[in-house]
Amino acid sequence: MRVLFPALAVVVGLIILASLGAALGLDAIFGVLVPYAAFVTFVFGFIYRIVKWAQVPVPFRIPSTCGQHKSFPWLKNRSRIDNPSSWPGVVVRMFLEIFCFRSLFRNTKAEIHYTPFSADPPKVVYGSAKWLWLAGLAFHWSFLLIVVRHYRFFTEPIPWLVQFLESLDGFMQFGVPALYMTDGLILAAVTYLFIRRVVVPQLRYISLPADYFPLFLIFGIVVSGMLMRYITRIDVVGVKELAMGWVTLHPTVPDGIGIMFYIHLLLVSVLLAYFPFSKLMHAGGVFLSPTRNLANNNRVKRHINPWNYPVKVHTYEEYEDEFRDLMKEAGIPVEKE
Amino acid sequence: MMYDKKLIIPGLVIFVWLMTLPFWYNSGKATAAPEVKIDTPVIQEMAEKKCIEDKQYMREAHMQVLDDWRDEVVRERKRVEVTTGGKTYEMSLQNECMKCHSNKAEFCDKCHDYVAVDPYCWDCHIEPKEKK
Ligand code: HEC
Ligand code: HEC
Ligand code: HEC
Ligand code: HEM
Repeated sequence: MRVLFPALAVVVGLIILASLGAALGLDAIFGVLVPYAAFVTFVFGFIYRIVKWAQVPVPFRIPSTCGQHKSFPWLKNRSRIDNPSSWPGVVVRMFLEIFCFRSLFRNTKAEIHYTPFSADPPKVVYGSAKWLWLAGLAFHWSFLLIVVRHYRFFTEPIPWLVQFLESLDGFMQFGVPALYMTDGLILAAVTYLFIRRVVVPQLRYISLPADYFPLFLIFGIVVSGMLMRYITRIDVVGVKELAMGWVTLHPTVPDGIGIMFYIHLLLVSVLLAYFPFSKLMHAGGVFLSPTRNLANNNRVKRHINPWNYPVKVHTYEEYEDEFRDLMKEAGIPVEKE
Repeated sequence: MMYDKKLIIPGLVIFVWLMTLPFWYNSGKATAAPEVKIDTPVIQEMAEKKCIEDKQYMREAHMQVLDDWRDEVVRERKRVEVTTGGKTYEMSLQNECMKCHSNKAEFCDKCHDYVAVDPYCWDCHIEPKEKK
């Protein structure tokens, strides 16, 4: 509770703040200033974090990979994707990681099994655990689709792809306005990701406010978005006017958009501004994972450690040149006469 | 000192480009919200130019009105609705909304195109005939 509550309180506080802002008519602040500031923080914060990471040298290829790496030609069963020796394999591995969450797919669980009424020692049993992978995939893909669909507010004319995704997502033609499948999916996935943290004791133990906060924030964004689409309604044409004002750098604030929109927008702004300074940066970090993005060519290519200081060397040839006479005198064999 | 600049800098450029895409896409374009026309013959004859409910409500929730109407008609066999103001309306998309808003292309479509909504209602319901 002491961990969960602060995260929840902040999100509830933000919702109250947005409602107050809308009620007091501070549209120019919450409709223009805050979103702009959040966007700038997001873009520059993101770049800052990546540049920071890029300053860390990765001198050695970290072969924490499964599968046989390239070795003698007669060694068969080489893993070209799991343990690639050159960049094409790395590209495939990165693609599968980013678009299919391949590492998460290999998630396992470990359990201790006791055999009742027997003297056998308990056994550790490993099994596959795919639910996290499934929920993670459903969450991220839905999120992406929702964001791409939102481009209808930011573009004029609206690109073909956005309209196509919209009709695909609303394919079920369920209700008016048509229910988007991604809305249901993301709601279910976020709920699962939250329940999992609360119910599994080990996970609850390691969960911090920084783990709950993004979940609550995204939950709030999704619920406010769905409320204004399916239940309370807002002036969607007004929203597009506002959004087009941002992207053409002529911000205007149309009247009477509706409080629910300002709640949605403030939560989104906070998510954007919070993003670069939180664990959400895994979005950029996945591209910089050394165990995924480096070919395992340690034995083929020399990778020099950039923080090596210059080492003074004294080769055997030089040694012999220096002491040849003394060596001969002492009867020690020398290579050059 | 940055490592792997050859990959990371292009990556960051792509990131910034993607994030600011709407700014490039729309730059130099004047955009204004669509002006919908309500100058149809039926509306022009009205003394008080008023929709079924007040304008702001219609803007926000006309699709819910239609949805309610559809359920009432198809499920409850109730075709007449009395709304605020004591006026009676027939709960019908074609015979009521489109009687007044007979300029679908200049009214419904204009708005819908702006926010990319494409109601599938017209797969079955018949659009009013318009003079082109
Ligand atoms: C002021 C602009 C505006 C006008 C005029 C307008 N609409 Fe809409 N309509 C919208 C918006 C915006 C939406 C989409 C709301 C959303 O995405 O949540 C919508 C959605 C709908 C939907 C639901 C579509 C779906 O697939 O979910 C129907 C049905 C609809 N309108 C019918 C009509 C009809 C019929 C007319 C003409 C009599 C009309 N509208 C005129 C703005 C307008
Ligand atoms: C009796 C004639 C009449 C009927 C029937 C009618 N409307 Fe209207 N509608 C109007 C008038 C007049 C206006 C302009 C109201 C104003 O400007 O205050 C209007 C405005 C609207 C608007 C807002 C347009 C804007 O400028 O933002 C929408 C949306 C709309 N109507 C949709 C519908 C739908 C959907 C139906 C059927 C459920 C319908 N109307 C039925 C006369 C009618
Ligand atoms: C599959 C074909 C089909 C589609 C698609 C469809 N309808 Fe209908 N609709 C009907 C039929 C059939 C009736 C019954 C007509 C009657 O009894 O008068 C009806 C009746 C209605 C009625 C009440 C009667 C009337 O005269 O209008 C409304 C309102 C209505 N539909 C709205 C909608 C809306 C809004 C949409 C789009 C979101 C839609 N319909 C899509 C077939 C369809
Ligand atoms: C992190 C980014 C965002 C997420 C995850 C998000 C999520 C959602 C979701 C799940 C919905 C429900 C309907 C749908 O799926 O389309 C929605 C609706 C909506 N969102 Fe967002 N949103 C985001 C950003 C924004 C921004 C920046 C705006 C400002 C223009 C915005 C404006 C709206 C509006 C107006 C609706 C209602 C649409 C309708 O009635 O059809 N959203 N949002």
